[in-house]
Amino acid sequence: MCGIVGLFLKQPKLEPELGALLSQMLDIMCDRGPDSAGFAVYGGGTPGFVKLTLRGPAGTDFAALGEAIGHPIRPRDTHGVLSVPVEEEASVRAALARLAPELRVVGAGTRMELYKEVGLPADVAKRFKLEEMSGTHAIGHTRMATESAVTTDGAHPFSTGPDQCLVHNGSLSNHAGVRRLLAREGLPVTTENDSEVAAAYLTYRMRGGDTLGEALEHSLGDLDGFYTFVVGTESGFGVLRDPIACKPAVMAETDDYVAFASEYRALAGLPGIETARVFEPEPARVYFWDRAA
Amino acid sequence: MNLSLKPATAEGETLVDLATTPLRELNGALHKLAPDTNQTLWKIAHPAGRHAIAAGLDVPVTIEIDGPVGYYCAGMNKQARVIVHGNAGVGVAENMMSGFVHVKGDASQAAGATAHGGLLIIDGNASARCGISMKGIDIVVKGSVGHMSAFMAQAGTLTVLGDAGEALGDSLYEAKLFVRGSVSSLGADCIEKEMREEHKALLAEKLKAAGILGEVDIAEFRRYGSARTLYHFHVDNVSSY
Repeated sequence: MCGIVGLFLKQPKLEPELGALLSQMLDIMCDRGPDSAGFAVYGGGTPGFVKLTLRGPAGTDFAALGEAIGHPIRPRDTHGVLSVPVEEEASVRAALARLAPELRVVGAGTRMELYKEVGLPADVAKRFKLEEMSGTHAIGHTRMATESAVTTDGAHPFSTGPDQCLVHNGSLSNHAGVRRLLAREGLPVTTENDSEVAAAYLTYRMRGGDTLGEALEHSLGDLDGFYTFVVGTESGFGVLRDPIACKPAVMAETDDYVAFASEYRALAGLPGIETARVFEPEPARVYFWDRAA
Repeated sequence: MNLSLKPATAEGETLVDLATTPLRELNGALHKLAPDTNQTLWKIAHPAGRHAIAAGLDVPVTIEIDGPVGYYCAGMNKQARVIVHGNAGVGVAENMMSGFVHVKGDASQAAGATAHGGLLIIDGNASARCGISMKGIDIVVKGSVGHMSAFMAQAGTLTVLGDAGEALGDSLYEAKLFVRGSVSSLGADCIEKEMREEHKALLAEKLKAAGILGEVDIAEFRRYGSARTLYHFHVDNVSSY
């Protein structure tokens, strides 16, 4: 059992409240996954710059590290975010690996920031001050580990491509085979986690030219097991359930937003939920929203 | 009676606001009701999708819930009437023994699962596995049902005014299925059967119980039931089990 939440805003008016709304949804899903939590928020970005979200051990001195690499790092608990010109991304990553090999780059993209930690989801959200974050869309996850250990590396979301992230409720049965395919294609999966394989599979498809919607369509044929995925890209938000619909899912749509949760309880506090169109996404059907469209 | 469960002005009517009253307190109060209680009408506000609301009742009272409920609402129900003014989560009225449950919105998966008796009406759609392993309940769905509905259904009736998803009635025993719309596919050992006069009468009885007799044409329904080839193990059928 795990909990998933997602919120995709169609209108700018709720953007300042995005983090507060997601935080409240995540809190309610603590019951479904008390081991660890994580979330990705699509906030502001600067064209020509890439944001890197770093995760370090507790007590990492992000200020000193920022000075050493010549780019300030904005700390949030165990994570830090820095913005670097796209052309410097490779050299900054190399410098980080040299100066602070204990750090992980957990997410990269024009707009996405990604945070995850072990602990009760409500506490994790507070530590990162999720309720203060703004943006256009966000996805989150509360984890009850089944296929791999309770570690921060095993927490969701998983990001395997720029501005791409995925959360997963379920377990995949053919992840070892897909992992070998991805390794051959130059997309090594860094953790033992089956969900990261799904994320990397979507990255692989989109790298080959698929839209998010098309990549999700292909995963119906190539990923075996049970799953409900919620996926974010720079401008898009997608949902897919396996053909058996093993894992719960409920969605709500208004003129202002599309929201996803494992259970309705997590949607109950959203503005205008009383008049929203509330529906259960159908099995094996790709749901996809894009701000650019 | 706990102070947070306020009797309203109307005689026998009790209002409970789940925004302020813990759900355990409500269910505990409902479980303590005597069979001859005068508190025969309960109105529940702000359910907010909470799980197991009004589960395990065994008294002839009416529970009106003003909003969406979570999992297992009215589960194991005996005697009570439970009306949900909203959607219901997984397993509404699961294992109901008797009584009446009416969902005014959609129901999630496994509505009426394993239920032995009573009547479950769903005004909207029910998703996958509606009536799975049902053992005598009557279910009337005014919309459509999802895949694997009536899987291993043993007794009772499932009436669907809309369509049925894939593998309807897989490994069916003696439940009777009536579907007005299309059926994506039939499950193993489920076949279409002739709609004889006694079946039309049975369907009319169920539509009447659901208050929609005369609103839909009985001639539009088709009946599905068990071919009874999987009752006993036979090696020729091994791929169908």
